[in-house]
Amino acid sequence: MTGALLTATGVTKRYAGIVALAKVDLEVRAGELVSVIGPNGAGKSTLFDCLTGVQRPDSGNVVFDGRDVDRMRPAARARAGMARTFQRIELFGGMTVLDHLLVADRARTRRGGLFTDILTGTKPSGVELARCRVVLRLLGLEEWAERPAESLSLGKGRLVELARALMCEPKLLFLDEPSSGLDRRETDEMGEALLRVQAERGLAVLLIEHDVPLVQRLAERIYVLDYGELLASGPTAKVLADQKVRVAYLGASS
Amino acid sequence: MQLLEYAIRGIPTGCVFALLAVGLVLTYKTSGVFNLAYAGQAYVSAIVYYELRKELEWPLIPAGVVAILVVAPLIGLLLERVLFRYLRSAGAMAKLVTSLGLLIAIPEIAKLIFGSETRRNPPPLWWVRRTDEWLWPEGATFVLDAGQVATIVSTVVVVIALVVLFRSTNLGLRMRAVVESPRLAELSGVDSERVSMAAWMLSSVLAGLAGVLIAPLFASLNPFDLFTLLVAALAATVFGGLTSIPLTFLGGILLGVLQAVLAGTLPTDSVLTNGLRPSLPFVVLFLLLLFRPGLRSTKEVTDPLATVDAPPPPPVVRSRPPWMTTGSRVFGTVVAVLALAACWFVLDSYWLGLTVSGVVLSIIMMSLIVVVGMGGMLSLCQAALAAIGAFATAQIVSATGAPVLLALVAGVIAAAAVGALLAIPVVRLDGVYLALATLAFALMFQSIFVPLSWVSGGAVPISVPRPVIGPIDLSDDRYFLVFAVICATVTALIVIRLREGTTGRFLQALQTSDVAAASIGISGSRSRVVAFAIAAGIAGFGGGMAAIDLGQASYEASFPYLIGLVWVALLVSSGARSIQAAVMSGLFFFLFPALLDRLFRFPSNWAESNPDAPSWVNSIADAVQPTWAQSVAFILFGIGAITYAKHPEGSIEAQTTASVNSIVRRVEARNERRALEAERVPT
Ligand SMILES: Nc1ncnc2c1ncn2[C@@H]1O[C@H](COP(=O)(O)OP(=O)(O)OP(=O)(O)O)[C@@H](O)[C@H]1O
Ligand SMILES: [Mg+2]
Repeated sequence: MTGALLTATGVTKRYAGIVALAKVDLEVRAGELVSVIGPNGAGKSTLFDCLTGVQRPDSGNVVFDGRDVDRMRPAARARAGMARTFQRIELFGGMTVLDHLLVADRARTRRGGLFTDILTGTKPSGVELARCRVVLRLLGLEEWAERPAESLSLGKGRLVELARALMCEPKLLFLDEPSSGLDRRETDEMGEALLRVQAERGLAVLLIEHDVPLVQRLAERIYVLDYGELLASGPTAKVLADQKVRVAYLGASS
Repeated sequence: MQLLEYAIRGIPTGCVFALLAVGLVLTYKTSGVFNLAYAGQAYVSAIVYYELRKELEWPLIPAGVVAILVVAPLIGLLLERVLFRYLRSAGAMAKLVTSLGLLIAIPEIAKLIFGSETRRNPPPLWWVRRTDEWLWPEGATFVLDAGQVATIVSTVVVVIALVVLFRSTNLGLRMRAVVESPRLAELSGVDSERVSMAAWMLSSVLAGLAGVLIAPLFASLNPFDLFTLLVAALAATVFGGLTSIPLTFLGGILLGVLQAVLAGTLPTDSVLTNGLRPSLPFVVLFLLLLFRPGLRSTKEVTDPLATVDAPPPPPVVRSRPPWMTTGSRVFGTVVAVLALAACWFVLDSYWLGLTVSGVVLSIIMMSLIVVVGMGGMLSLCQAALAAIGAFATAQIVSATGAPVLLALVAGVIAAAAVGALLAIPVVRLDGVYLALATLAFALMFQSIFVPLSWVSGGAVPISVPRPVIGPIDLSDDRYFLVFAVICATVTALIVIRLREGTTGRFLQALQTSDVAAASIGISGSRSRVVAFAIAAGIAGFGGGMAAIDLGQASYEASFPYLIGLVWVALLVSSGARSIQAAVMSGLFFFLFPALLDRLFRFPSNWAESNPDAPSWVNSIADAVQPTWAQSVAFILFGIGAITYAKHPEGSIEAQTTASVNSIVRRVEARNERRALEAERVPT
């Protein structure tokens, strides 16, 4: 068993009066797919924001890949190997699907900069395009490559976000409700894509998801959040069978 | 004791700041518009009051009522009805640009209506001249003049009225609800349109009142002084976090008191005092913007429904085939070369001079492309940065006798360095706050640095010679025009490369989604600082060129900050990302007023040269004033900016897109037809 890739201890976040996260501990090992579930407003997205640096937790500690990342800004954490998607889809305006991947690739390789731009111009090179094409193929986005990303359906848009995240060649991928707003077919498509990504890249994934069948199919372990508190955690089947979880989350009567 | 007296003396000014600031908060909170045009509204009421009192000799009360309680709310109502209610869902940038356009247009419209002569000694809003004439006739330790009394009394009245309004009336309650959360208020049945209308009228009354009260502080009435005072009052607005009316009030008073105390206690002759006294509000504004906690997060925290906002409409997507881009570039080059040749052979020295200035200004406009169009930062200090380039060039030439072009390079570096230093703290701010911080910088620069002799050379501008390159002496305007065109072209190529390269892509990503850009490892502050510094360098280049063009580095002639605001309005409304728009708006800025001037002079010239012209020609000649040219030009520039909300990509860019689309459609249709015919032939 490898050591933990991500270890969060005692992460706490308050917003004017409400406690969005209360002393949450969480661990993700390299290559595993872990899911976070919980009712609306449980603090799942806030947890992601705290782990990826978008929000600064009030207390708690996050260690990623052996490094203490508490003081690192989101961009620095991304370069250290965290990539994410967003619950409310965040695409770049005025860019094609391919542009999204190219930007992410440039952000990783740091090719081109002020002076290179001015002196030589920076057209996408063959190598860069090839790298993009690999990811496009993996997610089945090839035929959409030249389309403006905003003109795509929500399902395709979420795949573009995923593709963009993959271009960063992350060690750990954070996915915030990749299936929300998608219909059954698109959800299945997304599930397939995630399985392919996992099989091919072998990276660790932390997945927020409301769709229980999808979680059952993908996740090895799950964490259950409720009102900012960690309600349960452990192997998926076991946790989902837990009476406490069923009451809080699945709405079963006791 | 002395200190207390100074403090009391500061209260009237503080009241003025408070009135201005509270009015701004009202409209900002109810309609999301940070209304820079507020100064224009204040100016209109001040003019109306002046005309009624001095020209028509009305008594004080009716004149005050008409200026403040009739004209002012009507303007507020008009602005809300015809303009701002359509901007509810527009972005912060669109709203700010619109108000910038109004700021430029409104005073000029007022001048057209009421005449543009100088209005000296604006009358106060009080009956007697000084307090010692009616209070404590003898033994008064210090006296207030009529303006100060009027200010204090009206402020007290306004405070009481606002407290009553917000505490005990239905309208006030609804206004407070809308201020808390417009969407929540709407969900609970508040008609936020009505509320916003009322808020605009109310804020306009405050603007009018402030305008009438402020006017006597100056020797003559002009919109620039009012706007400068408004920017000073912004410090109070920011003190209140753009939200809290009581805090804003307190901020205004504190600011006035602080200013008076500093003015009284600092030694009168030091450079520091002379610079600091007039610039204190701007320094305070700048520091507050940088350090006041909670400014950035105000929006999310106060509005519980902020996150359920509908996502902003997607920006217009342009798909322009590569051959189109090449084609339009070739076309543009051909047109530019032909135009240059025409200028060379046809233009007389007057129009040639204006064309040169236009080309030089287009370089500064390109700096705005980088910072506003690509970087998404509404920088309002580009004129100051251009001035830095000009001053550095001039100082180096006059101090070391270095070649002008070498000094120009140094000027570019100086401007870029200042830009980078300014950018480091400023780029952390979003939208409106960044615009305000750069505005504060522009005013600090104007009031602290421009008077210093090691910056501007003091009262007499430093002269800058035209360079001589080999056998070519650029003091001939025709050669200088070619040189300027070459410089503008090189700048344009650099800007295009940046826009298409990694720098531009990163900036575009940051501009459309900050969090997503960070999530792939793009450091926002770094990219923005770079963009800001480059833009500053380009502005410095344009500024240096302007100084060379004019023969001297003169702040008043070339770079006053209000002119800089007009530049922004012009560029943004014609296309913030397009080189074509930069060139057009640069030329337009100089040529359009000159053309109008010719047009307006035409009747009187004609009447003069033809003594037997029909009498109606003479009457037209009498009616049309040459001073209209500048006013009409500025009104049109301002109105251009108002259209920004409708065409965020800019009018020229919108035109181009439309024609490109129609060409593309036609080509596609033709191809389809061909394909169909080709299919049909074999059968
Ligand atoms: N910026 C913010 N300011 C104030 N409160 C916030 C903010 N963001 C989130 N909250 C609150 O924090 C709590 C947790 O929100 P969070 O978005 O993390 O929930 P979630 O589990 O992701 O819910 P969902 O399933 O709806 O996405 C909620 O009560 C929410 O209202
Ligand atoms: Mg969420």
